[in-house]
Amino acid sequence: MIRSELIQKIADENPHLYQRDVERIVGTVFDEIIDAMASGDRVELRGFGAFSVKKRDSRIGRNPRTGEAVEVEEKAVPFFKTGKLLRDRLNGK
Amino acid sequence: MADKTLTRMDLAEAVHNEVGLSRNDSANLVESVLSHISDALVAGESVKISSFGTFSIRDKSARVGRNPKTGEEVPIHPRRVLTFRPSHLMKDRVAAGNKG
Repeated sequence: MIRSELIQKIADENPHLYQRDVERIVGTVFDEIIDAMASGDRVELRGFGAFSVKKRDSRIGRNPRTGEAVEVEEKAVPFFKTGKLLRDRLNGK
Repeated sequence: MADKTLTRMDLAEAVHNEVGLSRNDSANLVESVLSHISDALVAGESVKISSFGTFSIRDKSARVGRNPKTGEEVPIHPRRVLTFRPSHLMKDRVAAGNKG
């Protein structure tokens, strides 16, 4: 399923909403999650999962082409942990 | 770094502010987004949200695990797990927002 199919399913269930409003609603949900993580916050959606930010320490990387050592700065990366209910549903429980 | 935790309620509030639907309708729509994603995943489909990321399902085969405390061997049954791969946009924004 891709973004447009998700929007279509929700539009079909909500015939009183304009398609473009459904697009904005779906966009707002995803943007809000990214904004939260960009501010270092967690987003916890019980039963679905939790989005959080993990720190990666700086390290010495290597340019794979030249073998040259390069310093890779510490950085923050997004992380998702599946919620218990969804994990169980995936396994038919 | 702020460390608040946002919930469904905060997402519903954002939808309410953005589109002007009632808080109740906004909450139902947030739930609807999550449940359509879940249903697709449970049906074995991956879910690709452009500029957000991709949720995909992986099958893990059975293996023998070990209780790290007792050293006892325990069978781990085959199972399906969900992985999330963030989009470049998400990675860039999260890295930029949490610098230093």
